[in-house]
Amino acid sequence: MDAIILQVLNGLDKGSAYALIALGLTLIFGTLGVVNFAHGALFMLGAFCAVTLQRILSLSFTVEDPTQKDFLGNPLKVDTPYIVNWFGDATGNAILNWSVPLAILFAIPVMLLIGYVMERGLIKHFYKRPHADQILVTFGLAIVIQEIVKYFYGANPIPTPAPDMFRGSVDFGVMIGFAENQIIYPYWRLVYFLFSAVIIGAVFAFLRFTTFGMVVRAGMADRETVGLLGINIDKRFTIMFGIAAAVAGLAGVMYAPINSPNYHMGMDFLVLSFVVVVVGGMGSLPGAVLAGFLLGILESFASMNEVKSIIPGIDQIIIYLVAIIILLTRPRGLMGRRGVMEE
Amino acid sequence: MLGLSKKDTTFLLIVIFLTLATPILLQPFPENSALAQFNAGYPDLMQRFAIFGIFAIGFNILFGLTGYLSFGHAAFLGVGSYSVVWMYKLLSYNVLPGLILAVIVSALFALLIGYVSLRRSGIYFSILTLAFAQMSFNLAYSVLTPLTNGETGLQVYTDDPQVLMSAGSPTSPHLFGIVMNESAKIDVGGWQFTFSNGYYFCAIIAILVFYLSMRIFRSPFGIMLRAIKTNQTRMNYTGLNPRPYTLAAFVISGMYAGLAGGLLASMDPLAGAERMQWTASGEVVLMTILGGAGTLMGPVLGAGFIKYFENIFSKINDNILHTWFSALPDGLEDAIVFLLHPFIGKGWHLTLGLLFMLVVIFLPGGLMEGGTRIWNAVTGKNRKKKNNADHHPKPSGHVN
Repeated sequence: MDAIILQVLNGLDKGSAYALIALGLTLIFGTLGVVNFAHGALFMLGAFCAVTLQRILSLSFTVEDPTQKDFLGNPLKVDTPYIVNWFGDATGNAILNWSVPLAILFAIPVMLLIGYVMERGLIKHFYKRPHADQILVTFGLAIVIQEIVKYFYGANPIPTPAPDMFRGSVDFGVMIGFAENQIIYPYWRLVYFLFSAVIIGAVFAFLRFTTFGMVVRAGMADRETVGLLGINIDKRFTIMFGIAAAVAGLAGVMYAPINSPNYHMGMDFLVLSFVVVVVGGMGSLPGAVLAGFLLGILESFASMNEVKSIIPGIDQIIIYLVAIIILLTRPRGLMGRRGVMEE
Repeated sequence: MLGLSKKDTTFLLIVIFLTLATPILLQPFPENSALAQFNAGYPDLMQRFAIFGIFAIGFNILFGLTGYLSFGHAAFLGVGSYSVVWMYKLLSYNVLPGLILAVIVSALFALLIGYVSLRRSGIYFSILTLAFAQMSFNLAYSVLTPLTNGETGLQVYTDDPQVLMSAGSPTSPHLFGIVMNESAKIDVGGWQFTFSNGYYFCAIIAILVFYLSMRIFRSPFGIMLRAIKTNQTRMNYTGLNPRPYTLAAFVISGMYAGLAGGLLASMDPLAGAERMQWTASGEVVLMTILGGAGTLMGPVLGAGFIKYFENIFSKINDNILHTWFSALPDGLEDAIVFLLHPFIGKGWHLTLGLLFMLVVIFLPGGLMEGGTRIWNAVTGKNRKKKNNADHHPKPSGHVN
């Protein structure tokens, strides 16, 4: 029993990332009808927002400290971040320490802007082109974004630690009545799961309870009629594209401490997220979230040694295998709507 | 000739001539001249032109004719390479059994994947093929290690059986004694031309499969495939089932990819799983689109273009740029070099991505369409049409 709970927990953090990216993909697909291969790149950009903020915050100046000597007998040079200098030791170091959560505030406007520019500058011109063209141009864009990041940040993963408070692990088993040291789970992954649950909830609430969301949902169902009612639906869809980009970006920001960001992390997640979208059902938001968590958990179960000893290699292919089976037996996916992407 | 119309025969003859003369044509600058770095007439690069040309021609039969965008063709490339290396390990370094096996195995593999994937179309098809290719890639890396040698890549070791290997046979890939990596070098004036066995082997195969694809394009089967791209629903209504045709196209293009993979291993007796990764599938898509999907020559041009510039751009560095722009004032020179720096050397992929985006946005027909447009502009074909249009009565304004 404890092994099962542990695997479910292990699946949750990856599942959260899948769910967030797939949610963004589905938002874009459901509103604009565009297949966005650059969505993984947006996730990666989010992670690099965290890296960038961390670098900005730790910009330092060097002073010579005459009271201390280094091993050559010269005055010791001490690097002091400007932040520490301005806000004092305690506050400054706390800000530095919390750079990843702070990056959320930094990433939201940046990602909204990137999404807005991307839609207005490029995607807009591809609504009437075939899906193959959309895939190709966004694929090209993904390569470009990836290479630009590689140019500025190098090819190596950049460690981006979580705040000290969340390092280490929580003995999750004790909380729910198991013996000690049975279910150990890193704090940050728990935070990640809760964070993604909040984001997913916020997106759904936004679509469900605001007028803006209502119009967007109406536009997803029948774009033309909404347009005929005198509502500028294109403008709202553009904003939705920005929101989808922000969701992917936030998923990336918070993922940075789990996996040090490198320039191709987006591509790795992209393929899987597409599979998730297809399994969940093209155009279905709840389907994307459900499939994301489901596949994340399935993946972690498949990587248990007991399972691997029965079917070797299953952990590598389980997601693809599930996708193939689902596509062949339930072509619309788990919760796909009728009439979306059916040729 | 050979079942081709007169125009096509001329076209084929030109292609044959160009292919066979490549070692001379791609060496336009004398050795030791400043422009020698733009030469492409060395065996390794030319072989890649031919091999990726074959890969792209095959991909074009599927994507160009039927419009089904596969994102998993690299799987067949990898399978082809593995087959050939296994034949080296078991029999001998003769490439022929390996190539035959590569084509057969990739055909079977394509039949399996195609049968499943082609039940869906559009983006679902792309994702299914992508899923299959990623599955093969992951398996090749992990469980199938006894078959693929995992991360190290499959290669021939001294303790392999190699049952057909006799004392005198060559110890690198060969075709009945013609060793692939041997070449004849001829010096003419300042020029040096390299005629490599490997290149000619690939080139002759490339010509053969090009001819085959020409026949497919012109055949009733090819027209059927185009019909699938144009309007599948209408095809259904006329009582034709498109699936056998698409499946045949998928298998044929898989065989092309397998052959290309086999040739890669014939030139260099190695096979690694990274050949199966989806970025490799993306590359062949790039080649086909860049050259012009659905045209005969386009994919080959695209493959050549990408491989050539990959090679050239990766070699250029800041020093070379400085010598180019040394005539300019210092400040301007530095500024230009600074601006160009991200696009050269290791930044080649950035250039490729940008180029690819520009092609998809402005020139969906690829280089071939670009060529046609320029040709029309030069010969004035479009202008004539416009003049004709002017003769039609102009639409009258609103009646008051």
